[in-house]
Amino acid sequence: MLTALFFYLFAGLSILSGVMVIAARNPVHAVLFLILAFFNVAGLFLLLGAEFLAVILLIVYVGAVAVLFLFVVMMLDVDFAELKSGFLSYLPVGLMIGGVLLLEIIMATSAWVLNPAISKLEKNKVIDESITNTEAFGRVLYTDHLYYFEAAGILLLVAMVGAIVLTLRTREGVKRQDIATQVARNPKDAIEIKQVETGKGI
Amino acid sequence: MEIGLSHYLSVAAILFTLGVIGIFLNRKNVIIILMSIELMLLAVNINLVAFSAFLNNLSGQIFALMILTVAAGEAAIGLAIVVTYFRNRGSIAVEDINMMKG
Repeated sequence: MLTALFFYLFAGLSILSGVMVIAARNPVHAVLFLILAFFNVAGLFLLLGAEFLAVILLIVYVGAVAVLFLFVVMMLDVDFAELKSGFLSYLPVGLMIGGVLLLEIIMATSAWVLNPAISKLEKNKVIDESITNTEAFGRVLYTDHLYYFEAAGILLLVAMVGAIVLTLRTREGVKRQDIATQVARNPKDAIEIKQVETGKGI
Repeated sequence: MEIGLSHYLSVAAILFTLGVIGIFLNRKNVIIILMSIELMLLAVNINLVAFSAFLNNLSGQIFALMILTVAAGEAAIGLAIVVTYFRNRGSIAVEDINMMKG
């Protein structure tokens, strides 16, 4: 009963905030509603018993991705009201396509039933109730799915290098440290000794 | 009332549809489009985790973790491109993105 209550709370709030993400006038509000949607979906993950993914979702999405969005939205000086102008003219076609898509997905998922034989497969019984979700996850991730894990690591590395390469720029007229020139300087070039006579300037 | 697999699938379907509608409604704003894509990836994650829980198989959660990785990389690269583009053109409207004449 309590599970159902929390399911409807999280599901309703995530859908409402999803609506607000695409309908909000101010993109900063849209990002904040996206964060709310992530929080509620993390709640849904908790109800499903995927505690590790729920926490990872909060850390990665809320802590990194959403904050990155917020950062970019606030940093770019864009007239967002002008970008919003075509909103109402696209509303009918968007709602139509969305409605058809939703109808199709709902029909597909409601008509579809799980093959009863699938629960008999012994291989599927990998969720062990005696250990925590995180431990079970780690046991599977670092053994059966090790290559996926390493591929994910390489993907993140490439994404990091790509993001840095894209946004890095060298500005003109900025004084930088140049180690080679600094080391190559010697006292002969750098210092000039002048004998100044008493009572006279240079 | 028992919460079954189809409940979670319905929530995911609605969130995915919202992402698609968001792309249609905000056709001028790249940042909102990226956020809609994040919403769609989140819906896919709900599907995978729900199947994982109801089939007693952890592979679905591994898939969800991979999607999380890809989503993080995609957001980083996408926003980097937006920032670079804004630096060059002073605008992020989608219809202005035609420098490559593709």
